[in-house]
Amino acid sequence: MGIEQHLGNSFVATSISFIANWSRKNSLWPFPFATACCSIEFMSCMTSDFDIARFGAERPSFSPRQADLMLVLGTITYKMAPVLWQAYQTMAEPKWVICVGACASTGGMFDTYAVLQGIDRVIPVDIYVPGCPPRPEMMLDALVKLQQKISKESVNDPKYRDRVEYLDKALNGGMSMSER
Amino acid sequence: MRGQNPEKNQELLKQVQLKLGKFVSLVEENHGMVVAHTQPDKLLSAMKELKENPLFNFDVLIDLTSVDYLGKRDVRFEMVYMLLSSKTLSRIRIKAPVAENEEVPSLIDIWKGANWPEREVFDLMGIRFSKHPLMERLIMPDGYIGHPLRKDFPVKGRGEDYLIESILRPVKKEAGAQESL
Repeated sequence: MGIEQHLGNSFVATSISFIANWSRKNSLWPFPFATACCSIEFMSCMTSDFDIARFGAERPSFSPRQADLMLVLGTITYKMAPVLWQAYQTMAEPKWVICVGACASTGGMFDTYAVLQGIDRVIPVDIYVPGCPPRPEMMLDALVKLQQKISKESVNDPKYRDRVEYLDKALNGGMSMSER
Repeated sequence: MRGQNPEKNQELLKQVQLKLGKFVSLVEENHGMVVAHTQPDKLLSAMKELKENPLFNFDVLIDLTSVDYLGKRDVRFEMVYMLLSSKTLSRIRIKAPVAENEEVPSLIDIWKGANWPEREVFDLMGIRFSKHPLMERLIMPDGYIGHPLRKDFPVKGRGEDYLIESILRPVKKEAGAQESL
């Protein structure tokens, strides 16, 4: 990089992805999609005991438009799934999803006629957190793991170009959600 | 239960037998409450009498629900209505057997609050109500197939993933459109 020789020590050349990922991962604004008891665990995550602010995610956004991390906290029924999908579509790119608890991940103990057996049938999920409900430490661990995942991403990733087209392809049997 | 005692129930039982004899086939006392058995075609007149006759004055529809007696009775379903009199605080239960594909008269003209419970019964049990203004699903999603509280419906469902298509591509419902089920 010849540019540093001209501008001196006041300048550092780096990759766009590194800067973008660094700023993204350290200021995740979570949108708690709270439908069941896992949301209570998330509330204790927010308190000073567990202090999610250490990881830069202390600002819960109760509008999906201002969030970039969706936390699905609880059972999602087939009736609720369109709301989840709409909230996910409303979030601006880039966006990530943490699926908290057994119910959101697989339907959990609610293997019934009314409960969606895992939100990954509707929206793509980045991190799954097991537990019923998980301890707050596990949510913090999931957040750290998501930060590690974000730091490996590229701003040039095709998934940011057209998510709807991507989902269309995934839905019509081209590839599964987990191949993302 | 408040307002219930055996003497009062016996008195109510006799009054119901006397005044509602032509609508009601059997009146009994069961679990500390008077139970009157009727038929769907006589339900409306019986309910009107129970609400408007000052002798009974059952002005509150506490709840209406249904039971599936699959394999146990000849007539498959049974509607159960629970009424309360806010003046005398006495309660009564009205039961009506309903065959499959038989329609039950809606009670909306008598109690407006019967609207959503009737939709719930239709949604989960599949009993239709005649003259109901909006006989659509209340609890399950619109595209749902089947009525999950029927005894022949599997507890774990039949695999409801066919709903995912409509979740991802919601179709706007036309106003007043009737569900074809």
